[in-house]
Amino acid sequence: MRTALLPLLLLIVNLSFAQGKLPSVMVQTLEGKKVDVSTLSNNGKPIIVNFWATWCAPCKKELSAIADKYEDWQKKTGVKLVAVSIDDARTSARVKPYVSGQDWDYEVYLDPNGDLKRALNVNNVPHTFLINGAGEIVYQHNNYEPGDENELYQKVVELSGKK
Amino acid sequence: MHLSTRRGTLAAAACLILGSALGQQQGQLHGNFSTDAQYYNEDADIGAIVPKQRLAYNAWMNLIYTSGAFEAGVRMESYEPALAGYPAGQPYNGSGLGYRYAKYKLSDLEVTAGNFFEQFGQGLVFRSYEERYLGVDNAMDGVRVKYKPFRGVYLKALAGRQRLAFNQGTVYGAGVVRGADAEFNLAELLDSSWTCASNLIIGGSFVSKYQEDRDPLLELPENVAAGAVRVNFTTPRFDLYAEYAYKVNDPNGKNGFIYKPGEAVLVNATYSAKGFGASLGAHSFDNMFYQSDRAAPTPFDLNINFLPPRAKQHTYNLPATLYPYATQPNGEVAAQGEVFYKLRKGSALGGKYGTKLAVNGSVAYALDTTRLGAADDTTRRLGYTSRIFGAGERRYFQDINVEVRKKLSPTWELALTYLNLAYDIDVIQGKPGKPVVYADIVILEGLHNFSDRTSLRFELQHLSTKQDQGNWATALAELTFSPHWFVAAMDQYNYVGNPELEDKGQEALHYPIGSVGYIRGGNRFQVNYGRQRAGIFCVGGVCRQVPAANGLTLSITSTF
Repeated sequence: MRTALLPLLLLIVNLSFAQGKLPSVMVQTLEGKKVDVSTLSNNGKPIIVNFWATWCAPCKKELSAIADKYEDWQKKTGVKLVAVSIDDARTSARVKPYVSGQDWDYEVYLDPNGDLKRALNVNNVPHTFLINGAGEIVYQHNNYEPGDENELYQKVVELSGKK
Repeated sequence: MHLSTRRGTLAAAACLILGSALGQQQGQLHGNFSTDAQYYNEDADIGAIVPKQRLAYNAWMNLIYTSGAFEAGVRMESYEPALAGYPAGQPYNGSGLGYRYAKYKLSDLEVTAGNFFEQFGQGLVFRSYEERYLGVDNAMDGVRVKYKPFRGVYLKALAGRQRLAFNQGTVYGAGVVRGADAEFNLAELLDSSWTCASNLIIGGSFVSKYQEDRDPLLELPENVAAGAVRVNFTTPRFDLYAEYAYKVNDPNGKNGFIYKPGEAVLVNATYSAKGFGASLGAHSFDNMFYQSDRAAPTPFDLNINFLPPRAKQHTYNLPATLYPYATQPNGEVAAQGEVFYKLRKGSALGGKYGTKLAVNGSVAYALDTTRLGAADDTTRRLGYTSRIFGAGERRYFQDINVEVRKKLSPTWELALTYLNLAYDIDVIQGKPGKPVVYADIVILEGLHNFSDRTSLRFELQHLSTKQDQGNWATALAELTFSPHWFVAAMDQYNYVGNPELEDKGQEALHYPIGSVGYIRGGNRFQVNYGRQRAGIFCVGGVCRQVPAANGLTLSITSTF
């Protein structure tokens, strides 16, 4: 263990704590296409990356709450929401019909074995990241409580420079 | 079995240094931390366990370093001792390095050395994954290569051993697992010459495990192969997925050392339109336990494959933790259908804000098998005969449930759920001789927003059954102050017709518990105090028995 810690310390000294970016990890679209997350873009506008699952009640509340306001958010700020489902083989087939049944307009991806979840160090869902126009992670939030979407939107507004 | 070696640690460390030295771009270090700690009180009324060490905890910290094409990561783990009933499989003890890897990625090639997780298709022949809160972790330790020789073509090959337990470091299993997978995505492959909106993805995988045969009597296969083929046809509205897997004879402790091959088929179709979604699926599993140690002590250890249960994963406390279904890998035939529907705003039933409806039904039966007699030794060792989707008489599980969710006003939302369950507790929870549980569950959930930041959520749940532990009622209230605080209180009341309780001269039991939580950005702190009912805690397709406990728990998760 000691042997592992020393180089790690050296490494930390060596580091610059730049803002994190989205890692190069493959996720799937609902049509089965593979997409490298590091290539996601929104023409310089902010992106919300939200981790959720069909078995996670607060996740569904959060995405439903945002859905009611999403059109308005998009019009005012150009923000895009990317919903990453961590549903595994048991429930991943439910994601597409579920999303349709909710009438959500999000860009939805599947992360069935948690590759992106691990790469972004997500402990549990829901977990939300906000990415600025330069692709840097500028804000994150774990958990969901009704009203959290207002704080998130404030951050989006700050990013898009329209106050 | 061998411990994670110091050599492995050194290799990972060397890679880290090398990576930071070579990395031309600025490196980034990120990670997370998570701990659950509990102090146990005595509480004879609920049969609470009181471990010798009154304070127990599980803790993890992941660190991931990335620099250009290079990535390396470690996870430190600590269990001094682990929480009672944790993990699902073999014990975790002490503190040390649980996971370490180095990886580089050059456009179409990715190489990982050390630990990794991977899945082929839906996992019928290979899935290594972690569900940390259950203590399920069959991480590979070895090497993996992913290569994309052409757009739309994805190749993977891997080899190594699987995580079995933790003792000052990861303990790996006895067997070696090797596998390869190929996937062809036609829409990507044909690119511009593929003009229709549909897509066809076909794939195939091959896996083989090696374990020495030291059996004095039986001649056991040392190499056991399994293969699977899959097809996924998608259109904007209609999707079809099918996968077939075959495993050669694999006599093991779970199947009674029979020499019969294993087979699995799963089919799933979905339909999606605006405001409407439906899914229908079925599977047949026969003799599909596939563990990298044929003498693995429990069904949770060293699984090479993953067999998803075909039942809705409930989120409400009573249905989620009392009677969840678990796949029977030795044999089952199951089907599930589900419909999601959003009644439009302004329609007669939709009301001013729309109404959401979900209907789900699932059923699982035993596989119909004919035992082979002792006529001759060869056939006897095959155990039984069966056919794909040949369902037997015995019903393991049935769940029919309906949920209606409606926003009544800008500040009120209600959801009403009804479930009807039939649950073969003898088979699913391994309680021999216990009768099938028939239960009806009704749940009312309400959400009221006092302001933009303050809201109250409540749940009233009731389960009625004449079997097992009898009736349960649950009440929960949760007050949230966005974005930082929440306070919650819950009581579960086990109040009638429980023979075990009646024998003890008790008629009813309360399980009160209170929680306070604080969230800030990627950090979450939560404290609970009270009684926890014995139950089954599930994530994904896997469940773990949690013993009854009384005490104080502290949970922290942090992402940085």
